[in-house]
Amino acid sequence: MRKFGLLVVCAVAAFAAANDTVFIRGVDVYPVTGPEMKGVSVLVQDGKIADIGARVIAPKGVKIVDGKGLRLYPGMIDSNTQLGLSEISSERVTVDTGELGEFMPQLKALSAVNPESEHFGVVRANGITSVMTFPAAGGRGGRGGGGGQYISGQAALIHMDGWTWEDMEIKRDAAVQLLFPSIAMRGGRGGLANVDFADEIALLFGGGSAAGTYTEAKRNYETQVEKVTDFFDSARHYQKERTANLPGFKRDLKYEAMLPVLEGKVPVAVPASRERAIHDAVAFAEREHIKIVIMAPQELGKEGAELKAKNIPVILGRTEAVPENQDLPYDYAESLPGEFYKAGVKIAFGTFNNEFSRNLPYNAARAVAYGLPYDEALKAVTINAAEIWGAGDKMGSIEKGKWADLMLVNGDPLETATQIKALYIKGKEVDLSNKQTRLYQKYLARP
Amino acid sequence: MKRAFLTGLIGLAPLVAEVTVIQNATIMSEGAKGTFKGTIVVENGKITAVGDNVMVPSGATVIDAAGQFVIPGIIDCHSHIAVDGGVNEGSVSVSSMVNIRDVINPEDIAIYRALAGGVTSANILHGSANAIGGQTLVLKMRWGQDAEGMIFQGATPGIKFALGENPKRAGNPQGGRGAPATNARYPATRMGVEDVIREAFTEAKAYKATWDAYDAQVAKGEHPIPPRKDLKLESLKEVLEGKRFVHAHCYRADEILMLIRVADDYGFKIKTFQHVLEGYKVAKEIAAHGAGGSTFSDWWGYKAEAYDAIPYNAAVMTKKGVISSLNSDDDELMRRLNTEAAKAMKYGGLTREEALALVTINPAKQLGVDNKVGSIEVGKDADIVIYDKDPLSNYAKVQKVWIDGNKYFDRDSDVSGRPNKELEKKKLADKENAVTPARGGRGPQ
Repeated sequence: MRKFGLLVVCAVAAFAAANDTVFIRGVDVYPVTGPEMKGVSVLVQDGKIADIGARVIAPKGVKIVDGKGLRLYPGMIDSNTQLGLSEISSERVTVDTGELGEFMPQLKALSAVNPESEHFGVVRANGITSVMTFPAAGGRGGRGGGGGQYISGQAALIHMDGWTWEDMEIKRDAAVQLLFPSIAMRGGRGGLANVDFADEIALLFGGGSAAGTYTEAKRNYETQVEKVTDFFDSARHYQKERTANLPGFKRDLKYEAMLPVLEGKVPVAVPASRERAIHDAVAFAEREHIKIVIMAPQELGKEGAELKAKNIPVILGRTEAVPENQDLPYDYAESLPGEFYKAGVKIAFGTFNNEFSRNLPYNAARAVAYGLPYDEALKAVTINAAEIWGAGDKMGSIEKGKWADLMLVNGDPLETATQIKALYIKGKEVDLSNKQTRLYQKYLARP
Repeated sequence: MKRAFLTGLIGLAPLVAEVTVIQNATIMSEGAKGTFKGTIVVENGKITAVGDNVMVPSGATVIDAAGQFVIPGIIDCHSHIAVDGGVNEGSVSVSSMVNIRDVINPEDIAIYRALAGGVTSANILHGSANAIGGQTLVLKMRWGQDAEGMIFQGATPGIKFALGENPKRAGNPQGGRGAPATNARYPATRMGVEDVIREAFTEAKAYKATWDAYDAQVAKGEHPIPPRKDLKLESLKEVLEGKRFVHAHCYRADEILMLIRVADDYGFKIKTFQHVLEGYKVAKEIAAHGAGGSTFSDWWGYKAEAYDAIPYNAAVMTKKGVISSLNSDDDELMRRLNTEAAKAMKYGGLTREEALALVTINPAKQLGVDNKVGSIEVGKDADIVIYDKDPLSNYAKVQKVWIDGNKYFDRDSDVSGRPNKELEKKKLADKENAVTPARGGRGPQ
């Protein structure tokens, strides 16, 4: 059981009312964006980091937390979950990912987030302070949802605490999820993120039976790409009509939702497992002059140079995954992040899952064992994710002026045995207890 | 092509056993000696000496493991790897006549990957579609040997039971409430699951009585006509006789308690509760029955009956006297049971030794093989793993794995052998393309 709240030394007077103001004393600060600072103090005021340094003095009456022997890191960010939207993954009534409809950019994950989901308490207890939550599980319509989907809606960047989803919002349209057609086909149990996607494609093309020939598959693929292109063309046409404000102009929610994408303000998040799928998605984004983030690639191939040159970030799936075919080296998934890093690609990690979101740091650590530099692994669960999702100016590192999304820990946060001693979201200390700690206490005490 | 390539892999694996000495390692023995820096001597497949001051036999192959960590081979108490085809014989609610032994596929790549994750033994189970499932089998991960050669000789055979959502699923083919029960297979509820088990053991007891009477007559020198063999009841008779271990898949506290009471009524024992996600709620009853608990570290919420799962389960069961282990039930998770063990330190505060026991000596006890494996002690099988770093760290990598003193995995050879394998694969692919020109099938991969 964690000892939350026990570190408070005093809390009186002027700041007693403000629960987003705190002074953490004598702590080792790991800002992620700069070198570590041993034994310094951090002043958090009004939810933001006001000052860091050895000589910072606690204002009178501020709540003081003793950080001696502990380390302070920015809270971690999981770049792909369905948190708040999916409670029990196999029980459809508890799952709100995977809507019907082919092009649904107007759907917002944010307003379907249930702040009371038990997952929030469980996941944040491991130091994760914010996540991307996606409207579909990376698959075409997802489990129990509509098939043949291309755009599943807006993914939201949210904090892991709040009375309502409005409180939790960081960015409601941090990305639009685009399930770009792919000709790649794979067999077997993947264990990686977008298995559903590939399976669905295989189904579309008659994969699994001998029916579909490559020529047919390619024709289907081209038809699908045309459909997506048509949708983007129509959206652009709408954009022009809207700007021109012609008489008889009719508002359309789908195209309206596409405007930030067309303006390059919001990226499309595209699952692309194969080298070729990555290339096709990138080429499409370039044709359309839109921003793109590649999700859950399962190979780099020769795409490194292109991704680097075009400054396209990548969200890597779990390294806790088996290679998708038996000829691949046993440590394939663990080694992949290192390969992307060496190619100069900007990476962040996503767990593509709710159940294992709390294991985000361990997935990053495993990549370190197989070639990713430690500092880069840490960035991939903090600042890189914040930057990729458009909130790099507000979060992802410990810097003056940024939100105080902080974790106070007793060791390396990527190691399993490390304990989270306290967690702050926008300066507010967050309860580390959850459904599981409560059941633990209750039954440990059973006579 | 697949097969040919696999043969290539197999060729690399086992080396002939002689005398092997591992020196200067940090040894987490999980035996009476605890954790210490020292030496292990392996002769003829067995550990013959362990300690900080051990004579090195001349002519031994000496491995300097300075800075590295040695642990006993990891044992996975719940796995479905190396099973050819489906794991469920789902047509009947009692499938105690089928046996995993008949469907072992020694070429499943998951075996090699498990080895690369430090696993040396695994309990291979039937699926969970039936209240009483098929017969189980303990394997050693002797990659490269045939199905027979994989079998852990001397391990007590087992049988899979299953409670809760999975066995009742076939009773609810439409899934929904009040749906017409076309093609439904009994049972459809937890009540029915209990009944199926009681009905089966009522039959099995009668069957056993018939055989006992026959055996008694034979013992008296009489020559009676033997009763007819019933393959379904034969394995349940072995359960009643304590010759076959029951490994029962379960989630909720109510069903765990139910099975304990059924077993009490019929006079048999549950050897392990598998998954046992709510074991922490009835740890007292599990311990009193003498059963073990083999659980997941932190799986939860993927189905309704997993909603009360807590990562503290293994720690609570351990503290309340249940011999506990962490299993994988999954060919991916199987590769990192060492760090699953570390989660029991994080959640519930077990010591390093207690945590590692969850994947070594404890599962050995649960499978009745703790006299042979599960710790690094003199006389035991030389099933040994070397890690480059602390095995409870996420940064640790398995370097070498021995089973019965034979080296079955070596990271250096695996990595250095990759270019050759690529070359071999390309040759085979070229050859195949030359023989059978592309059929315009699936397109480039």
